[in-house]
Amino acid sequence: MITLTVNGQKHALDIEPETPLLWVLRDELGLTGTKFGCGIAQCGACSVHLNGAITRSCQVQIGDVDGATVLTIEGLSPDGSHPVQRAWIEHDVPQCGYCQSGQIMATVALLQQTPNPSDRDIDDAITNICRCGTYPRIRAAIHRAAALNKR
Amino acid sequence: MTYQPPRIALSRRGFVIAALTAAGGMMLGLRPADAAAGAEVGAWLVIDPDDRITIRVSKSEMGQGVYTSLPMLIAEELHCDWSKVRVEHASANRNLTDHVYGSMGTGGSRTIRSLHAAMQQVGANARMRLITAAAQRWDVPATACTASDGQVHHAATGRAVRFGVLAPAAANVQLSAEPAITPPDQYSFAGKPVARLDTQVKCTGQAQFGIDVRLPDMVYAAVTLCPVPGGTVKSYDASKVTGRRGILAVVPVPNGVAVVADRFWRAKQASLDLPVEWNPGAGAGTNSAMFRAEYRAALDGKLATARNDGDVAQALTQGVLVEANYEVPHLSHAPMEPLNCTAHVRPDGVDVWLGTQNPDMALALAATAAGVAPEKVRVHVCYLGGGFGRRAVNDELIQAVTVAKAVGKPVKLVWTREIDIRHDRYRPQAALRCRASLATDGALNGLHIQTAVGSITRSLGWGSVPDGIERQAVEGLANQPYAVASQRVDCVLKNTHIPVMFWRSVGSSQNAFVVESFIDELAHAAKQDPYQFRRKLLAHRPDFLRVLDLAAEKGDWGKPLPAGKGRGIAIHESFDTIVAQVAEVSVSTHGEVKVDRVVAAVDCGHVVNPRLVEMQIESGVIYGLTAALFDAITIKDGAVEQGNFDTYQIARMADAPRIETYITLSRGARWGGIGEPGTPPVAPAVANAIFAITGKRISSLPISNTDLTSRT
Repeated sequence: MITLTVNGQKHALDIEPETPLLWVLRDELGLTGTKFGCGIAQCGACSVHLNGAITRSCQVQIGDVDGATVLTIEGLSPDGSHPVQRAWIEHDVPQCGYCQSGQIMATVALLQQTPNPSDRDIDDAITNICRCGTYPRIRAAIHRAAALNKR
Repeated sequence: MTYQPPRIALSRRGFVIAALTAAGGMMLGLRPADAAAGAEVGAWLVIDPDDRITIRVSKSEMGQGVYTSLPMLIAEELHCDWSKVRVEHASANRNLTDHVYGSMGTGGSRTIRSLHAAMQQVGANARMRLITAAAQRWDVPATACTASDGQVHHAATGRAVRFGVLAPAAANVQLSAEPAITPPDQYSFAGKPVARLDTQVKCTGQAQFGIDVRLPDMVYAAVTLCPVPGGTVKSYDASKVTGRRGILAVVPVPNGVAVVADRFWRAKQASLDLPVEWNPGAGAGTNSAMFRAEYRAALDGKLATARNDGDVAQALTQGVLVEANYEVPHLSHAPMEPLNCTAHVRPDGVDVWLGTQNPDMALALAATAAGVAPEKVRVHVCYLGGGFGRRAVNDELIQAVTVAKAVGKPVKLVWTREIDIRHDRYRPQAALRCRASLATDGALNGLHIQTAVGSITRSLGWGSVPDGIERQAVEGLANQPYAVASQRVDCVLKNTHIPVMFWRSVGSSQNAFVVESFIDELAHAAKQDPYQFRRKLLAHRPDFLRVLDLAAEKGDWGKPLPAGKGRGIAIHESFDTIVAQVAEVSVSTHGEVKVDRVVAAVDCGHVVNPRLVEMQIESGVIYGLTAALFDAITIKDGAVEQGNFDTYQIARMADAPRIETYITLSRGARWGGIGEPGTPPVAPAVANAIFAITGKRISSLPISNTDLTSRT
């Protein structure tokens, strides 16, 4: 059995150790807010926090993270009230919305490391793909979230 | 302008919607669980006793904002409380039997253009029925009553009653005539920058895309498909995977094999390991170099003439002759959500859940694949994780229904990214030749454009295009706006085994690049400023001039820039919307291109929600920029070489320019689309900026194919 604490809830899983964390979250635990986009850690749609670090969950084998703690978009806030989510809503960031869970999780991690990021910091840290091209709004929302965090 | 009555039906019959919400809205998770108490006031909206209003949207939400813009047009007339509005997708099944929603296909930047008056009429119809119900209740003339903020008021007595109370009676009201609708220049709610209705669910992971559907007893499928499009399965050895944990079945599907398992990961791994031999078919042994040569050669063969004004042959002998050739590659749509479909085939009916741009056709495809009458099929349209044209034809649905029929359980079939990119229906490859003759003052004596391009209609099997001229092939060419006495546009449709389809902005995606690059070449040949050169040739088109001037002004045209930086300009009309863009670009001494800023001016005639317009211009620019800078689908041994985002690169944050959008509305008869017109001008604007910086003309896309390390 592999154990995992996801969004504060403990799970024991009988599953092949090479199963990617992404598919454990989506298909075993029903947490479909974390998305499948590429399967090779290129796009970041599957981004979650693994033991506090931003991680592309499609490349994490579950057997390697027995006992780990995972935070997904569903655990970020009960009602969309996390400052990053509030900034996203203020700036009407999403279009199709498919990549946005990953974008938001990546931003939360960025702001934990760099509370007041420059545009260059954002370019370097936010490498998730958005096919709708919401990048200008993501950038504006990151600056807004940084300001909200300061309050 | 006159307003045509809508072609959609406005049901005058009350209807309890419990059964229908199970077919649509519940899967989106937007409609409240107690919705069955609501009353249907026409086929498009349901009003609950607590005043919540569920608006049925007939078009697919793939990011462009129709789940907000169409309800806004209804609300403009309904005078409801906007905070009470919810959205569910209209039922394609009901549309099949009741013909209430018109065409449910989403594409061609057509939603607002085709539905603005109809949606207003839906709102006006419901409002007048609510007013009539209130008037009957109070025994006063309807003309003495008004509706506002979700209530009907009787000013003379100060009485008011909520829509939720009136709805059951309003559902049974018969109107003798349709009420008038508000002209766009008198909008009170539409036209404002209203926040999207789907933002919250898309920031919390709650929005349900097709890939997120979960059903009791559901199993998963992954496919392996013949690497050469059009090829078939020769043989496969299911025994190599059937003993594995969780593997339930191996099922043949068109052009491939599906592996079914209790979990997607198990199905996917087994599909990769399944030994399959293929009959590659007619495409075997082909490659992109062959195709390029064939498309170029086709320009010397027999072409059909799409436009022929004056005597081009004669005109080209007058003045300075300028010639240029351009090439563009196949492109993949690559929506972020890989194609997927969940299907449940039972003796009593078929249910499919997916993101589709074409629910009516999806329903028909599912009926055929399952072998049932169309009336037995229910299509549950989920949020689309991007469409861009790809989800207009649902190959994945046919596979899912085929597998679900074989296994007798609900099946979620998901394409991997590699399947998605290698089995797309691509933007066609094309070769174009342009010739023009310039008078000494820079006027155009003659212009001759020839294109060799794949036919989308033929590729889809939707027709033979007997005259050899496809609208998509010549859009942006045959209607190019510049003044020229003699012009001719020729077209040769040439298809290979690579399937082609609609890719955001379709023919304009390549034709704007060609026309606007060539106009820039002509400006250079005439030794004129590219903006001023365009202005002269557009003197007869004040609509184009206004957009061009706005882009030039806001884009700081002519103002100095540091070495290594430059500007390019382009203008293009597509889907009845004119967009001009000024791109500010840097080219490093190592030849690296960075687009720093794009300023867009847009005339879409009227606007329903300017925030959505800005978002779509930003989106269109970055979508077009990705293709311009990076991408080509190339063929080797008949198969697509690219497979994922490592080889099919997508613009990221660091690649994204600052984008400014300026809206200038000509109003009047123009109702332009907005989902696509932002895309065509960006490639030529960037390519023209690169020329301004380096003196190198980009004659084939992507730009990364051109060595920009040395300057001419």
